[in-house]
Amino acid sequence: MDRLVLDVAHLFAGGLVLVSFLLLYQDRMFGLLNTFALHALVVSLSVAWQAYIQLAPHLYITAAIALVVKAIIIPVALHRIIVRLGIHRTIETVVGIGQTMLAGIALVALSILVMLPITAEAGTLAREDLAFSLSVILLGLLMMISRRNAVSQVIGFMSIENGLILAATAAKGMPLVVEISVAFSILIALIVIGIFLFRIRERFDTVDVHALERFRGEQL
Amino acid sequence: MALILDVLVQFVQLALVLSLAPLLTGYIRKVKSHLLRRRGPSVLQPYRDLFKLLRKEVVLAENASWVFRVAPYIVFATMLIAAALVPTFATGLVFSPAADLIAIVALLGSARFALALAGLDVGTSFGGIGSSREMMIASLAEPAMLMIVFTLSLLAGSTQLSSVSAFLHGPEVGLRVSLAMALVGLIMVAIAENARIPVDNPATHLELTMIHEAMILEYSGRHLAVIEAAASLKLLLYLSLIGCVFVPWGVATAGQGFGAFAVGLIAYIVKLAVGGFLLAVFETVTAKMRVFRVSDFLGAALMLGFLAALLLFVSQSV
Amino acid sequence: MGLTILLSCAGILLGASVAAVLGARSKTTTSLVYAIALVASTVALGTACSILLTDPPAIESVQLPIGLPWLGAHFRLDALSGLFLVVTNLGSAIASLYGLGYGQHEQAPGRVLPFYPAFLAAMNLVVLADDAFTFLLTWEFMSLTSWALVMAHHRHVGNAKAGYIYLLMASFGTLSLLLALGLLAGPGGGYGFDAIRSATAAPGVTAAVLALTLIGAGSKAGLVPLHVWLPLAHPAAPSHVSALMSGVMTKVAVYGFVRIVFDLLGAPGWWWGAVVLTLGGVTAVLGVLYALMQHDLKRLLAYHTVENIGIIFIGLGLALAFQANDMRWAAALALTAALFHVFNHSVFKSLLFFGSGAVLTATGERDMERLGGLIHRMPLTAFAFLVGSTAISALPPFNGFVSEWLTFQAILLSPKLPQWLLKFLVPAVGAMLALSAALAAGCFVKAFGVTFLGRSRSSVAQHAKETDVFSLSAMFALALLCLIAGVVPGYFMDALAPVTHQLIGAQLPPQEHLRWLTIVPIAENRSSYNGLLLFVLIATSAWLAAYLIHFWASQQVRRSAAWDCGFPDASPVTQYTADSFAQPIRRVFGTLAFHAREEVHMPPPGDMRPATFHAHLRDLAWDTLYAPVERFVGSAADRLNRVQSWTIRAYLTLVFGAVVVLLAVLAVWH
Repeated sequence: MDRLVLDVAHLFAGGLVLVSFLLLYQDRMFGLLNTFALHALVVSLSVAWQAYIQLAPHLYITAAIALVVKAIIIPVALHRIIVRLGIHRTIETVVGIGQTMLAGIALVALSILVMLPITAEAGTLAREDLAFSLSVILLGLLMMISRRNAVSQVIGFMSIENGLILAATAAKGMPLVVEISVAFSILIALIVIGIFLFRIRERFDTVDVHALERFRGEQL
Repeated sequence: MALILDVLVQFVQLALVLSLAPLLTGYIRKVKSHLLRRRGPSVLQPYRDLFKLLRKEVVLAENASWVFRVAPYIVFATMLIAAALVPTFATGLVFSPAADLIAIVALLGSARFALALAGLDVGTSFGGIGSSREMMIASLAEPAMLMIVFTLSLLAGSTQLSSVSAFLHGPEVGLRVSLAMALVGLIMVAIAENARIPVDNPATHLELTMIHEAMILEYSGRHLAVIEAAASLKLLLYLSLIGCVFVPWGVATAGQGFGAFAVGLIAYIVKLAVGGFLLAVFETVTAKMRVFRVSDFLGAALMLGFLAALLLFVSQSV
Repeated sequence: MGLTILLSCAGILLGASVAAVLGARSKTTTSLVYAIALVASTVALGTACSILLTDPPAIESVQLPIGLPWLGAHFRLDALSGLFLVVTNLGSAIASLYGLGYGQHEQAPGRVLPFYPAFLAAMNLVVLADDAFTFLLTWEFMSLTSWALVMAHHRHVGNAKAGYIYLLMASFGTLSLLLALGLLAGPGGGYGFDAIRSATAAPGVTAAVLALTLIGAGSKAGLVPLHVWLPLAHPAAPSHVSALMSGVMTKVAVYGFVRIVFDLLGAPGWWWGAVVLTLGGVTAVLGVLYALMQHDLKRLLAYHTVENIGIIFIGLGLALAFQANDMRWAAALALTAALFHVFNHSVFKSLLFFGSGAVLTATGERDMERLGGLIHRMPLTAFAFLVGSTAISALPPFNGFVSEWLTFQAILLSPKLPQWLLKFLVPAVGAMLALSAALAAGCFVKAFGVTFLGRSRSSVAQHAKETDVFSLSAMFALALLCLIAGVVPGYFMDALAPVTHQLIGAQLPPQEHLRWLTIVPIAENRSSYNGLLLFVLIATSAWLAAYLIHFWASQQVRRSAAWDCGFPDASPVTQYTADSFAQPIRRVFGTLAFHAREEVHMPPPGDMRPATFHAHLRDLAWDTLYAPVERFVGSAADRLNRVQSWTIRAYLTLVFGAVVVLLAVLAVWH
């Protein structure tokens, strides 16, 4: 029974890696937002399950915040931004999706290679959960650097934060204060990014970061 | 005596898969029709189609060679043998030491080889479209399938399908991430190999969107009946495989009595019904992908299979 | 006894070569030379088989007083050389049988006949050599005779360049092997293999020897990135020589690698396995991708040889990794898989090259885009080629599947390897192996389908005629062997057991007494395969289905025009070509592997010129490795050109300067 409980937690962590790959796979904006909502849902379920195992009721609040803010409010807000700004709905990638997935696999292998030897004292499942969390963070970074579109870079940024939450709850040490401050800083970052998106759209009629290169000034 | 009983079970399974396959196809079509608010054809319609086609004469192109005439029977025979080796209501089949999971994947590859050659035989452009696209899909689906086979074999310590099924039915397995990834990968491969939406539309009439249909465009009469039967067998094989590996409850083990076999049979039919229903729902809610997006789709399946195997490699003696 | 017979066979072959130089240019000379080669190879094959099948295999060695005066020439016959002699002489015998028919069409017999028996003799002698000097001498002799055979039709476009590149790479390979064997012999200079076996070398030396052997033997075998000569040289030679070069000479190169690394080098380090594995995996995938992009039938087959060499090296790498971790039984499995694939590949690759030779003789074309519909004109050749294609695509019940199955079983044993790098590499290499197997099937659907099926794309294909009886019997003998090795692989695996026992000290459990001829490499509950039962089941079900349907349903057939969705114009140019068949795969894999680009020129409306389509592929190995070297050599040679126009005083100054420098060095040294 105890084994089953830990297996479910492990399954959520692996599922989060799976959804991160799914994020890399998307090539349409609304699909990306729905997948990100799924990403946040899996994180909140995982945190809720950890709350159940570790008997830490404050983690239920973390799970609720993740669910409401990240799975519902942010995707809906981004959906409305996209519709209002008229951003076009396909996501251009720097290299092909196949090659991005290959790079993603290499990153997962790298995080396993890094995490498993240095956490030799912990239990097997906790070590693999930490390796998965590092993978989610690295995959979020990969998403930010391999997409041309500002909205998808925002989504990548948020998925990094999800990976951090997973790591913190897996390592059994996430006091509520830390969670609130992290969430608050993410909120500020989101507001600033949103303002910038509006201003950029007003000035340049596009949010494609590649097109913005022209206005950078002197290029040496 | 026990050997005779085992042989009997094997032949019952062979007859069972052969007779259930068209029914499964008819059932899936019926569910899809209902989801589209149509009454749809009867579930027995595929049987009627097969009998009608069997009695019709074959119209061969003037330059069709013996490869064209022999290929349907090769496809059918390899598919039948592969389907007879996947446990349905009972494991421990008599012929299972002859071919393990890797051999089953290779048998499906033989069927595809024969069909692709038949597509090129008459020398039309549509046959070429089908064969070349099919080989592109196979070049990604078969490695994905093999990586999934690796994952299952590493977990069960054997490549024999009966041992894998017995292990996954047993208590030591637990819920593993690799198994979840293998399940998703296997579903993606099954959709691609059986020419289902979103990879290929089995009911399309537009030749440029065809993959599987384009290879068999020149077939008629009894040859077409044999190929259609083989395609239904392939779908049954994949659903049985997913059932006996990931949903193994109810399968009888070798040597148990008729009561266990009857329970296994009922469980098997329930699994087929649920699987067929889910497939029909999935096909109705999804749109068909562009051909070159299929490579991303199957590349994702290959990555999942590889990741699942890698996790097992890394955690086995950690 | 066996060694004497084998050395005399080699001597007879060399004698036949001399006789071919002196003999008249007539058809009887051709038939005589090939017949002698056939008889000598068959006798050698029988002797080698008997060595391999006696239990335990005797080791014979002899020292002949030829060669260097203080060394002589050592020859040795043990289980490993017995196996490779079987492979070599089987290929030679069947190629000689094929040559009895094919050689009649040879336009320049004086360029082929003298070198052909010498080539066979050289390959046999390489496998028998037991000291460094004899090994290198016979290796170079093998390269030179095959170079002469490649240059036989030197006026054809591209053949001269192919020969030149081949000579360069072969010399480079021999130089690497010379350095490797020199390092092994050490400053003491014990060049006999016995002396090398008993001495142990320092770890740095063994690493250098491994690298040099990989370069030397690997370039002859066709490892990426040293494979570039293979697809140029193999197609340029006459077809039976192509079969020998691809099917047999690459295996002699594998023998060189196995002999040096497994036998002479002592206990392996685990990272050796990692390096060999990675090279094998990359070679397998790149080889088959290159093969898919070809539309020249022989070049496709040559690139495909590269893929199979990759598969063999994957098995060898796994064996090294297991042996380094003292898992001897797993190493035996991996080594058996690799050696079985050596045998299988020589059989079906020779068969495929013979088929392409038959097509070349019948139509004069190697380009698949101008063939098609040959199954109606050359039905027996088509059938043999189909058997070879099915076997090489690793489909049951033929032999290619058995060796791939054994390799997969060895990969499934690898989680027990403790090193972290191996834990990541082996599943990656497994994925690469699976990918190359699937792509190989696609490659041969294309090769067989575009060449033999469909409709004729040119008039030469329409008027082709079936080839002669010798070629056909050679092809059918090999096809039968493919089926036998696939259906009763247990006997072949038992024959390989003494070889693994000699090299690693372990062997697979004996297979021949298992029920119904199943093979069980590890344990019964783990994995098993029964090729015979599968073959019988498939054949019975197919025949029974056909019979029942014909009996009860309908057996009427009507011939009519092709349906083609109702399009009336059935011009043969509307068929898929080889390039169009490969286009989806080129789109998916080509951008990464070759920077593939497609370019379409559409003329504006009203312009009557046709639209054109170009697919640009770059060979990345050539561009990154060889082209810079070529440019450097060219520019250095250009600068050195000025030396040619110095005055006499300048040359004398140069000589004077060299003498002074050498004297100074001598002074400092003491």
